[in-house]
Amino acid sequence: MTALNVPAFAMDISPSKPSASEARPLTTVPARATSGPGGSSAPVGATLIDIDHLNFFYGASQALHGINLQIEEKKVTAFIGPSGCGKSTLLRCLNRMNDLIEGTRVAGGKIKIRGVDIYDPTVDVIELRKRVGMVFQKSNPFPKSIYENITYGLRLQGRSNKADLDAVVEKSLRGAALWDEVKDRLNSSGLGLSGGQQQRLCIARAIAVEPEVILMDEPCAALDPIATVKVEELIQSLRERFTIVIVTHNMQQAARCSDKTAFFYMGKLIEYADTRNIFTKPSNPQTEAYVSGRFG
Amino acid sequence: MNAPDRHVFQAQANNARRWEAAAVWVFRCATYSVLVCGALVFGKIVFQGSQTVFTTKAPFINTAFFTESPETLHVFEFEGKKMELGDRDFRALKAANPAAKDLRSETFVYSAGGIFPAIAGTVLLVIGSMTIALTLGVSAAIYLSEYATQGRLVTAIRISILNLAGVPSIVFGLFGVGLFVIFFDWNVSLLAGWFTLALMVLPVVITASEESLKSVPQGFREGSLALGATKWQTIRTNVLPYAMPGILTSSILGIARVAGETAPIMFTAAYAMRDKLPWEDLTHYSDFVFQGVMALPYHIYVVSSKIPQNEYTERVQYGTAFVFLMIVALIATTSILLRNHLRNRYRW
Repeated sequence: MTALNVPAFAMDISPSKPSASEARPLTTVPARATSGPGGSSAPVGATLIDIDHLNFFYGASQALHGINLQIEEKKVTAFIGPSGCGKSTLLRCLNRMNDLIEGTRVAGGKIKIRGVDIYDPTVDVIELRKRVGMVFQKSNPFPKSIYENITYGLRLQGRSNKADLDAVVEKSLRGAALWDEVKDRLNSSGLGLSGGQQQRLCIARAIAVEPEVILMDEPCAALDPIATVKVEELIQSLRERFTIVIVTHNMQQAARCSDKTAFFYMGKLIEYADTRNIFTKPSNPQTEAYVSGRFG
Repeated sequence: MNAPDRHVFQAQANNARRWEAAAVWVFRCATYSVLVCGALVFGKIVFQGSQTVFTTKAPFINTAFFTESPETLHVFEFEGKKMELGDRDFRALKAANPAAKDLRSETFVYSAGGIFPAIAGTVLLVIGSMTIALTLGVSAAIYLSEYATQGRLVTAIRISILNLAGVPSIVFGLFGVGLFVIFFDWNVSLLAGWFTLALMVLPVVITASEESLKSVPQGFREGSLALGATKWQTIRTNVLPYAMPGILTSSILGIARVAGETAPIMFTAAYAMRDKLPWEDLTHYSDFVFQGVMALPYHIYVVSSKIPQNEYTERVQYGTAFVFLMIVALIATTSILLRNHLRNRYRW
């Protein structure tokens, strides 16, 4: 990786292309030694994802209204809010998973990751998703072995060296605090694991491809309290290497594991601040009402 | 109520209970009558057919029936004995024995020899047409359910496909004649039969494949796409393998239909009689697909309606039907085993 400011998911970038030249001055992050995932020397807290006046529609109904949000690098950002407030929709905009749903469209506004508008036609959504991984609410290990689950993303990229894959499997499983529990049964099905283990397997699968950002869509919603604690601890250990955006219904969870919290209501961003401030001295009365449990 | 033997849960006769008993009996009788009909059909075929297929002597199986081509049966009296011989044996006897030179016989067409060309033809027809039907059908199902924008057009296409399933098989046969045999000039050939049969089962294959693809949880697709897989990579590695058991289940029904239908092949692929086996005397490899074949259902049709009926043709009819049932059962069992194998491999 060179010191390019243009991320790898912008495809066919040549200096003559307007999109590239446009992207460069807009990159607000300082120049870095490497832009490779996990190896970045960028200062913690620099803006990685810049959401700028984003409007989003499901068919005719507007789900997101003019969202402005800057997500910082190597931090955990939590999206909270009542059901249907648009927090999951926004999360799924960040790796364009909403593209899968017919009738959805971004109507105005931009999402820039490292200065590149990810809805630009020159962006290769495949590259984007390699850089912006995702963990889903319902754990979805593939009905394959644990080993195959972890190596799935790598094999897609054409990596097939056994020693290389073995190393990544161990590293990812250790990273997801699952290695000790499964190291003796890597070849048994991922679906034979418990619910919490399955979710950690999905996290291991996501970090195996070394993304920069991990999106987590209510990762603990289907887990019991003990499994939840393990996933939360895992999030704490992953913040060193990844930028994490987590959607949660659980306000305690947001308070426990995030650095910054965004509160959404009816498709609008109501308040975005340090988690400490959101929960102790929210500036907006709606936020205050929500975090104190008066609605939602 | 002060009778000592009555309690609160005492059974009472009322209308709901009478209807309940009546309903159970209606369902039970319906099931049993279906079973009886099935048993009669199968029993008759197995009983009569096994007399042709099995013998009382050493190998216990009538090997000639499985390995030879149909022949004309000669029934005659020779040296005071009533004899039955196939055409070749009869000629050999005449040539070898001067006493038999002017022997006259009663002849019964197709009643001697075996049905091997028909078995081979049916197996070839099934393999070829199912390959075509599965390739086209699964591809179309993938396109319709995974790629196409769902809307009025796709709905209209789906309804058309469903309607196609209700088209009588003779219509497919005539269509095959028009398109493949005459327009493409393939003549009466395996190729024309393959495509005609494939078209006939396509609606079933497409519909069932779509259903199986839809039953694969969306989470597998999302999980794969979120790791940077393309849509085709996702489908190939993470959707299709899990949908395969369902697709195979539907194709088992397709196999039975393809093997058993007479109408689509009678004008496109089937010969009433062909001595040569499909792989004999080929000048070019391509000749293989441009030749007509015998087929079991068509053979049954020919021996039971195109020639004078008598006790000798009856043997061939039942024997062929019995062999046909066994072959379909064999192919179906193979696909069921394959399906179960896949199902155990990918369980979710």
